[in-house]
Amino acid sequence: MKIVINGKETETGAETVGALLEELDISSGKVAVEVNFKVIRKCDYHTSAVSEGDNVEIVNFVGGG
Amino acid sequence: MDDRLTIRGIDFSSRLWVGTGKYKDFEETALALEASGTDMVTVSVRRVNITDRKSENLLDYLDMKKYKILPNTAGCYTVEDALRYARLAREAGVSDLIKLEVIGDEKTLFPDVCGTLKATEILAKEGFIVFPYTLDDPITAQRLVDAGAAAIMPLGAPIGSGLGIRNPYNIKIIQEVVDVPVIVDAGVGTASDVTIAMELGCDAVLINTGIAGADNPIMMASAMKHAVLAGRQAYKAGRIPRKLYATASSPIEGMII
Repeated sequence: MKIVINGKETETGAETVGALLEELDISSGKVAVEVNFKVIRKCDYHTSAVSEGDNVEIVNFVGGG
Repeated sequence: MDDRLTIRGIDFSSRLWVGTGKYKDFEETALALEASGTDMVTVSVRRVNITDRKSENLLDYLDMKKYKILPNTAGCYTVEDALRYARLAREAGVSDLIKLEVIGDEKTLFPDVCGTLKATEILAKEGFIVFPYTLDDPITAQRLVDAGAAAIMPLGAPIGSGLGIRNPYNIKIIQEVVDVPVIVDAGVGTASDVTIAMELGCDAVLINTGIAGADNPIMMASAMKHAVLAGRQAYKAGRIPRKLYATASSPIEGMII
């Protein structure tokens, strides 16, 4: 299915946020995830569903003042 | 003498807070932080690079046992965006600390104080420890405290301008009227600017460009460390009053003529 990750249309087989992070090889420890503008708690990654057309944002910390 | 800064039960061993933007690389960032003696560093929340998963993570270079992390909402121009970034920052797993920026104008990067006030109120209610970046305006500062701010972060001058403390009298008044710590954020260009802020009685100073933009950021970080200590000690020691005319330092008594 197609979802949008960080503004880019992407094909994924992952059905949960947790599976999506694994597919992208992203360690969940240092990121935060939003699905359709809703922040997903880390403890919910493996139960939060990802569906066709979802808008997913995956962010982390970068240098800043 | 224990002169530790404590905010909402969090102890800070340094009164110099340092931003992590604009350094040449993560190694330089780490060395500058070390030289500054800080234990509180700011970071920004941005998209993970999905296509290049080999890109390094800033947090890998920061000793999390040594530094408290203060995420910011830099780049947010609306209350909604600032809230969104703050909530993401909290979930990224570091803490409830948030340096709130609701920017009002791209050219000056002055804060939108109405938006900042609104966002402070909402985030404080959600349990965030809010550090709002604001103007050097004592009235706004008081309103922010009423809204639940844990500290006030007035600008010394526009972000990255290096103009120093443009309105020391207002900064002094803010520090006198609010009952939370005052941390000068933005505009500091060199060590003497930091010393002035601390001599005014500010509780800490946050610097990013003033260190990262120096020709030698690591040496400047060290200079800023000493400037904070000098300014703080001078404030605690109590300076002499300014007078128009001289007062002799050497005794008149005992002179031979």
